[in-house]
Amino acid sequence: MVSVEAGIVLGFILVALVVATILIYVKFPTQELKDRMNSWWVIIGFFTVGAMLHTTTAMFFFGFLSYLALKEYFTLIPSRQTDRRVMFYAYLSIIPQYYFAGIGWYGMFIIWIPVFLFLLLPFKQVLIGETKGFLENTSRVQWGLMMFVFGLSHLAYMITLKPVEGHSVGGTELVLYLVLLTELNDILQYLWGKSIGKRKIVPKVSPNKTVEGFVGAFVSISILAVLFSFLTPFTWLQALVAGMIISGGGFVGDVVISMVKRDIGVKDSGNMLPGHGGILDRVDSLIYTTPLFFHYVYYLYY
Amino acid sequence: MLKKIFFALFVRPLVLIISGVHVVGKEKLPLEGPCIIAANHNSHLDTMVLMSIFPLSKINQVKPVAAADYFMKNKYFAWFSQNIIGIIPLKRRPTKEEGHPLLGVTRALKNGDIVIVFPEGSRGVPEEMGTFKTGIAHLAKEFPSIPVVPIYIHGAGKALPKGEALFVPFIIDANIGEALYYTDENNKAFTTRLEKSIKKLEEVYYKV
Repeated sequence: MVSVEAGIVLGFILVALVVATILIYVKFPTQELKDRMNSWWVIIGFFTVGAMLHTTTAMFFFGFLSYLALKEYFTLIPSRQTDRRVMFYAYLSIIPQYYFAGIGWYGMFIIWIPVFLFLLLPFKQVLIGETKGFLENTSRVQWGLMMFVFGLSHLAYMITLKPVEGHSVGGTELVLYLVLLTELNDILQYLWGKSIGKRKIVPKVSPNKTVEGFVGAFVSISILAVLFSFLTPFTWLQALVAGMIISGGGFVGDVVISMVKRDIGVKDSGNMLPGHGGILDRVDSLIYTTPLFFHYVYYLYY
Repeated sequence: MLKKIFFALFVRPLVLIISGVHVVGKEKLPLEGPCIIAANHNSHLDTMVLMSIFPLSKINQVKPVAAADYFMKNKYFAWFSQNIIGIIPLKRRPTKEEGHPLLGVTRALKNGDIVIVFPEGSRGVPEEMGTFKTGIAHLAKEFPSIPVVPIYIHGAGKALPKGEALFVPFIIDANIGEALYYTDENNKAFTTRLEKSIKKLEEVYYKV
């Protein structure tokens, strides 16, 4: 069940959604913004039902999210016909990864992909026997697994964390805190950049990102992180640092995925979310903020 | 009924969710028959993709033309092909007494069905287009008012190539083009025109 703290924040998100929707439909009724707003309703609806209500449902929800992201990535990258079977095992590895997260087996969860899959997937390639392009494919597949399965699955492990002594809030609230701040960081970077953005920060990779957008979001998110810290066991200082980690990490994740898309030569990774692009375009910053924030919390409290 | 259930519970979840289809030009897809859908062919998935991009309520009207020697090779397979997929069997090498090979297709078009035809004839080399056969031109000449809609499918040959039993999910693209009609031309010219229109839809996916 949803705790009071999470309930308050979800209520706050609902109000913000309603206000933003009215604002867009009345003041800026362009198709792109409408699409984007409608997709937000869908994303938040799925997230609330999928991740917030029950831990087991959350495993399936995040596991499926990993699957969709990995599939988008595998569709984008160049591959040989023989790579299909390697990719098949990469898809399958999602199931144990989320199972280990679900039962809270930390050791296995943390080594399954960086150790076992890393060592064994190349052997599968040996068995297939196509020598040309071995290194390229091994790197591409392993990188995808690290980003979209290992990285994202920290959300699933985090949700199983029990409340720290003396606090009523546990994993579900931490996930809500992290996801809310990461997504707000994306939005605030965009809004700050749109209103006062001048100096481009990484012009070759992502021409829309500006220094002003980054700094504006960094300061705002640091403050918001303290304001929302009732979702966490953090002191105000710990929350401030968490906000900095989330804002900085989110920016890096965003531009790294842009780099992948630039390399392949596409603008959006897919079209599942009208106005946003694909799943990768939405989870790009989460891929970075999740493991960074998780290990910050884990170091401090678990 | 069986066809609808099979598509609702098995084919559509597999194609639309597990694999995923990215449709470009959805507004160009005719929702009412009669019409002919012409697409490139690399995989058994092609048929499933084309049938899944139509609304489920229309599924009984959508009928793929398929080689009789392959899809009717034994009675169980034939039952499945005809009742669950709803194929129109086509004899690749018909004998005299069996009549015109396109008779079944003609009947379906008169009946107002949406007919799927793969003008390459068979699946061929993965992700490569073969030469087009003139069957569609014969049909289009007979029914000049029926639209022939070209669709280019990309990625199905990667998810389920010919000769492979293992399906590996990838997002499949379906790029729908403007409908063609038979005008005062010969069958060869129409076939060339159709081939060009599908090649044009293909170009999007191979630009540098």
